[in-house]
Amino acid sequence: MRIFLAEWRKLKRPAFFFGTMGSVIFVTGLVTSLLFLLIDAKTGNADRGNRITREMLQLSDGFTIGFNSSNGLLGLVALSVFAAQTAQEYTYGTLRNLLVRQPRRIRLLIGKYFSMIAFALLSVMVSAATAIGLAVALSGRAKVNTDNWFTNDGYSAFGNSFANVLISTIGYGTIGMLLGLIFRSPISSISIGTVYLLVVESILSIAWKPISNWMPGNLLSVVATGGSPIGVSDVPSYSQALLRIGLYLIGAALVTATLFKRRDVAN
Amino acid sequence: MNSPAISVSNLSKRYGDVLAVNDATFEVPLGTICGFVGPNGSGKTTTIRMLLGLIKPSAGSGSIIGNSISHPEKYLTDVGAMIEGPAFYPALSGIENLKVFAKLGGIPYSRCQELLQLVGLGDRAKDKYKNYSLGMKQRLGIAAALLPNPKLLILDEPTNGLDPAGIQEVRDLLEKLAAEGVTVFVSSHLLSELEMISKYLVMLRKGAVIFAGPIEELLHRNKPTIVAKPSTLNSLPFLAELINKTGHKAIIEADHVRVDADESFAIQINKLAFESGIVLAQLTPVRASLEETFFELTEGEA
Repeated sequence: MRIFLAEWRKLKRPAFFFGTMGSVIFVTGLVTSLLFLLIDAKTGNADRGNRITREMLQLSDGFTIGFNSSNGLLGLVALSVFAAQTAQEYTYGTLRNLLVRQPRRIRLLIGKYFSMIAFALLSVMVSAATAIGLAVALSGRAKVNTDNWFTNDGYSAFGNSFANVLISTIGYGTIGMLLGLIFRSPISSISIGTVYLLVVESILSIAWKPISNWMPGNLLSVVATGGSPIGVSDVPSYSQALLRIGLYLIGAALVTATLFKRRDVAN
Repeated sequence: MNSPAISVSNLSKRYGDVLAVNDATFEVPLGTICGFVGPNGSGKTTTIRMLLGLIKPSAGSGSIIGNSISHPEKYLTDVGAMIEGPAFYPALSGIENLKVFAKLGGIPYSRCQELLQLVGLGDRAKDKYKNYSLGMKQRLGIAAALLPNPKLLILDEPTNGLDPAGIQEVRDLLEKLAAEGVTVFVSSHLLSELEMISKYLVMLRKGAVIFAGPIEELLHRNKPTIVAKPSTLNSLPFLAELINKTGHKAIIEADHVRVDADESFAIQINKLAFESGIVLAQLTPVRASLEETFFELTEGEA
C-alpha cells in the first residue's frame, strides 16, 4: 500500500493528472461527437470510414459505441503513461533512491503497477463519463432515440463494455511498462510502442493476414470491443482474443519481473 | 560485541573485461566518520552500489550492520544514502519529493519538513525541484538520505555544488551525526575536508583497496619534515649545509629548507642556526596532508 501511495503521489501531480485526463476527454469527446454529428455523412462517422447507423445507435448498447471506439487511443494514452512512469525512474536516476527505501524489487514493481492500473481505471471512468454524457447531449440533434439506453439491457451492455475497455487499456499499459523497463527511456519506449501498434502491426497484417490474429494490438481491439471491431472481419473470437492476450500479459509480466529483479541498477 | 558498520571481504565486480572492484576487503567501525577516496573510476561508486544492493557483486561478500549485503531489505531501513548525486522528480516540489520516499519507507511526513529546515531548504520546500540550484539539489539529497534516521549514512560527494558556507554546514552536520552515534561513510574529492572530519579512511586505486584504517595511521606513514626559513635568502645554502652535516637530509625549496626529520629535531636546527648567526623567520614541523599522501599513493592520478 505504501508503494502504491508513493507512486500515486507522482501520478496525481496536477500538470500530469489534468493533462492526461484532458487528453482522454478530448479523444473520447472527438470520437463520440463525430459519431453523432456525422451520422448522415456519406463518408462515414466512425473509424476507417465505417458507418454507425442511427439504428445501431438506438440499440441498448448504442450509447457505449463512442466509448468503445475510443479504446485504441485510450490504450495509447495508457501505454504512454505506463512507459513514461517506468522509464523515467531510470532517466531521472530516482530508481536507486526508490530501491534504497524499498529494496524488495518485485514488491516495488507490483505497487507501481497497481498504482498505474488505478490511474488507468480513472482514465476509463473519465472516458466513459465523457462518451455517455456527449451521447446523451447529442442524441437529440442526431435524432437518435434513447429509449433503449437506460434499461437493464443497456446497463448490462455498459458493464461489459467498461470491463472490456479496462482490460484492453491495462493491456496497452502493461506493454508500455515492459517497453519502459527494456528501453529505460520514456521517449524511446513510447515512440517504439506507438510505432509498433500503429504502423508495424498494420504492415504485418497486410503482408500476412493470419499473423494479425496473434498481434497484441489487434487482440486488444477485439477485447475492447467485445468481439469483432466495427468494420473488421476475420478476427479471433472474444474468448480467443482474451486467452491470447492473457498469455501475452503473463509473458510480459514474467519478463518485466525478471528484468527488474535481476538487472543491476547502474546509471 | 558490535558488528562493524560496514565489512567487506574480497568483494569484486566485473563488467565484461573490466574489473571495476578488485578483491576489496575493509571494515568501517560503528560511530565513526569514514572517508572513502580514490581517483575517478577507481570503483568507489560501484562499491557503494554493491553495499546498497543496487548491483550484485561478481565475487566476495559483505555485511552492513551485521547483515549480509545479499539481503539489503534487512538493513536498508537503517541506512540513508545519496549515490551519484541527488536524483529526484523535476516536476515535484522539494517536499513532495521527500514525501514520495518517506511514504515508501513508512516514515512520517512530519520528518520531511523537519529535515528541509535542517538542510536550509525550509523556505523553498514548495518550489519545484527543477528550479533548485545545484547546491539546493544537493541539500535535498542529504535530507532524503537522513529520512530514515539512519544508523549508517552513505554519501557520495555530498558537497558537490555547495558554496564554502554550505560545505562547512555539511561538515558540521556530519560531525553532529557522528557524535550522536551515526556512522558516516562519505566519498569526496575534497580531501582537506575529509581530513578535518574523518577518523577512518578507505582508499581505492584501480578497483583495489590500497589503504583502510585510521587516518592518523596513514598520515604517520609519511616521513615527518621540518620547514626552516631564514630571515635572509642568502643564508639558505649555508643553513642547508649545516643541517646536512648532522646526517639529516635538507633540501632548499623556494625561500626555505625542508628537512627530513621529526619534530624533536627542530630544537637542534634552532641551536645550529643561532650559533652560526642565522636568524630564523620560521621553524615549523610539517606533516604530509591527506592530499599529498593521496597523490603519493595513487601516483598522481586525478
